Amino acid sequence: MPSSVIEITVNGSEEEFIAKPGTTLLGALRDTLGLTAAKRGCGVGTCGTCTCHVDGEAVMSCLVPVETINGATVRTLEGTTPADGLSPLQQAFLDNFATQCGFCTPGMIMAAEALLAVNPAPTREDVVTAISGNVCRCTGYESIIEAILIAAEATS
Amino acid sequence: MAKLRGRGYAAVNYPTGMNLGGDPTQALVHSTTTGNFVVSLSSVDLGQGLKTVAAQVAAETLGLPYENIIVDTADTDTGPHCMGTFASRGTHRVGNAVIMAAQEAREAMLAAAAEELEVDAEDLETDGTGFIKLKGSEEVKIHVVDLAMAAHFKLGRTIAGRGIFLKERSYPDPETGKMDPDSAQAHACTVADVEVDDETGVIEVLALHNVYEVGRAINPRMAKQQIEGGAWMGISHALYEATDPYYPQRDHGPRDFEEYLMPGPADNAKMESDIIEFPAANGPYGAKGIGEMTANAPIPAIANAVFDACGVRLIEMPFTPESVLRGLDELRASA
Ligand code: FES
Ligand code: FES
Repeated sequence: MPSSVIEITVNGSEEEFIAKPGTTLLGALRDTLGLTAAKRGCGVGTCGTCTCHVDGEAVMSCLVPVETINGATVRTLEGTTPADGLSPLQQAFLDNFATQCGFCTPGMIMAAEALLAVNPAPTREDVVTAISGNVCRCTGYESIIEAILIAAEATS
Repeated sequence: MAKLRGRGYAAVNYPTGMNLGGDPTQALVHSTTTGNFVVSLSSVDLGQGLKTVAAQVAAETLGLPYENIIVDTADTDTGPHCMGTFASRGTHRVGNAVIMAAQEAREAMLAAAAEELEVDAEDLETDGTGFIKLKGSEEVKIHVVDLAMAAHFKLGRTIAGRGIFLKERSYPDPETGKMDPDSAQAHACTVADVEVDDETGVIEVLALHNVYEVGRAINPRMAKQQIEGGAWMGISHALYEATDPYYPQRDHGPRDFEEYLMPGPADNAKMESDIIEFPAANGPYGAKGIGEMTANAPIPAIANAVFDACGVRLIEMPFTPESVLRGLDELRASA
């Protein structure tokens, strides 16, 4: 199979590059575009740390062959970070000690961003559901759930 | 068929550090031209918060703001030696080494300031906001940024310090067996509240109440986060995780996160965690290690709570529904 030319918009900037067949969105982001916030925890859709938005929806980017989303708009954690300072979710994670090793954090924040975009005043249960595909090995989740609820309150 | 509630508790004493061929860690502290102080370490921060704690300890000892500290743990080839971050030793060993290095750097800083201000170093103090000042005077003072510039470009002085903490190897007394294998012991107790479904065998941890005596919590919020993250791991070990559920058979052994069971965000127990502080004489500002012990007490506490709830004594982790149901069957058979 030949390589394909991919055109996607990533964090507002139009990108054009050549991808071998089977290249995942995660691989393209990290290896071709140098956007390394999304992490590869498992590569098979079971940990959530690669979570990004494709056309506004949270997806596990390790499961998305990049040639299948030609023309799409992609957002990564880098794209949620303001030029100056931190986003409300990032600030809430920091203030609430919601990270330890931080490996899950990019995926947690992107899952939470997707939730708050459609549901700015979520219940605790909504938050739990939104991050239920994201594994955290360190925190015990509680501080993350709280940080997302605090960020929602601060922005709504 | 019923849901049975029970409560159990367990306590743990846990040693800080280890006793192999001696247990050392070193730290180096030096000022940059801009008055920031670099703490060089080979100790690794993998999320436990060591860099934060090292910076806090350095700032406190130097008498400078926390923002002036840069912790560099970049390279174990070129950094000062550390045995490693394990055995709950990081805060204790690294903290002590950083205090020693920062004390020497502070002396060098005050000596440079004394030369620049033309006063005696003994008459100087730090005000915690970045100034080195003459005691009792508001006028005679110099900011650490200006002092660092002067030290580098005018005085030709280094502002630096070296530190090491070594826990020497302890041999047992041949007569009594008495020895001093660790530097301090932290203590904890966890009370677990559980509910056991006697039809399905499923155990639910409703709440964990944790109390930790850690000497001194240098960063109380991070200590609490470590307690609760560790307690989560304890629940996970107690009820979920197994690499070989039917060891030595490999049957049903998990291969990825999908098959390796861990509690998710919907399975959280209510947690309440308190810290008690009895400063350890040899700890940095009194601190003891807390890292590894946080996963320990929840497991026997949960086992005891299950016994309290339904009379089944579980001694092998994880406490699966299958093991609960087999235990209940045995109780019924022997009743
Ligand atoms: S790397 Fe994509 S889900 Fe784990
Ligand atoms: S903070 Fe380490 S995995 Fe979540």
